[in-house]
Amino acid sequence: MNALSALLLRDLRLAVRVGGGAGMGVLFFLLVVTLMPFAIGPELALLRRIAPAILWLGALLASLLTLDRLFAADQEDGSLDLILMGRAPLEVAIATKAFAHWLTSSLPLVIAAPLLGILLDAESRAMAAVALTLLAGTPGLTFLGLIGAALAVTLRRGGLLVPVLILPLTIPVLIFGVTASNAALSGPVPFGTPFTILCALSLASLVIGPVAAAAAFRHAE
Amino acid sequence: MRLSAQDLVCRRGGREVFTGVDFSLADGEALIVTGRNGSGKSSLLRLIAGLLRPAAGRIVLEGGDPELTLSEQAHYLGHQDPLKAALTVRENLQFWSDYLGPAGAGREAALAAAGLANLADVPAAYLSTGQRRRLSLARLVSIGRPIWLLDEPTAALDSAGQARLAELMRGHLAQGGLIIAAAHGAIGLSDAKQLSLGEAA
Repeated sequence: MNALSALLLRDLRLAVRVGGGAGMGVLFFLLVVTLMPFAIGPELALLRRIAPAILWLGALLASLLTLDRLFAADQEDGSLDLILMGRAPLEVAIATKAFAHWLTSSLPLVIAAPLLGILLDAESRAMAAVALTLLAGTPGLTFLGLIGAALAVTLRRGGLLVPVLILPLTIPVLIFGVTASNAALSGPVPFGTPFTILCALSLASLVIGPVAAAAAFRHAE
Repeated sequence: MRLSAQDLVCRRGGREVFTGVDFSLADGEALIVTGRNGSGKSSLLRLIAGLLRPAAGRIVLEGGDPELTLSEQAHYLGHQDPLKAALTVRENLQFWSDYLGPAGAGREAALAAAGLANLADVPAAYLSTGQRRRLSLARLVSIGRPIWLLDEPTAALDSAGQARLAELMRGHLAQGGLIIAAAHGAIGLSDAKQLSLGEAA
């Protein structure tokens, strides 16, 4: 089997087996969205209006929650050393790990978003728009998160460092994700304008993330 | 194939771990690195594996595959056994064989060589420390890389395991491989070169 497909398959297997924690992000997402109406109040018109923002915020926080495990688990048992010694280009190996992470932790969020939208009385068009923008935007979040995850591992500072480093970088993704979702509902800009920028942000981070993470590993002490 | 180092300096956390390390190894030769705790045995192996960068000096590999870097032709057996508890013994070994490559003796042969054939379908979570070490040894056999970097390979192994390890190392040397091992005691290689770290410091 090819080195990269072996890596992808291993990470997917680990995520779905016992203790893999694939469901953690979705559970957190569910908590955020369920608690929101209790905090804001049961005014349906208001909830409906801010539903895309709440769903995006919940998904963003849920995807940041699991990011620091991306390399930390492999570092703790020494697997990371061997991954760095592989024959596949390091950038591509890192991108493969990020893709596996996206499949197991962000894709479930995209699928869960329309269902959780029901709790906020979102219109079906809004839920479709949120799901579509999350599908386009969450790869950007994961691949930007690679930078923080790699730095946290190479600097040997886990935990809080990843969200603190990554949060500022994710703000554009959040802005254009929510703007595109709202544009699909009420305008005034057409849906395509912010959505194209969102896609561009994701595509740029698909390149920048793995290259920056690989640089962090190569210059590690 | 010839692996050599000239005037190697390793600095970690602002402290010089060792300076002026030289060695040279040819096909079928082994080097045993000895020294007290903290003398830089593990750091030297990590330097060769490409996991650390030397502060000065250089490591040269002549006659290997010109398409590959030194670290892509080396096995690194560190203190930790890189196993995932949720995967079975066979799945763990299969992953590293597929990822690191190229294929060596084959998965089942490697498990047999390490004495783990009857544990192949057990999740790695249930292995003892010595069995985990044996699974790491199986990796050496199932993947055909010419340079073995072994950091205290006998740790946690019972006497039967140490005998198997010595047999594997002798087989590897007989096929023209290179071994650099950090060790405190004898590891069963009689005519190996010796490198002692930390005496000058």
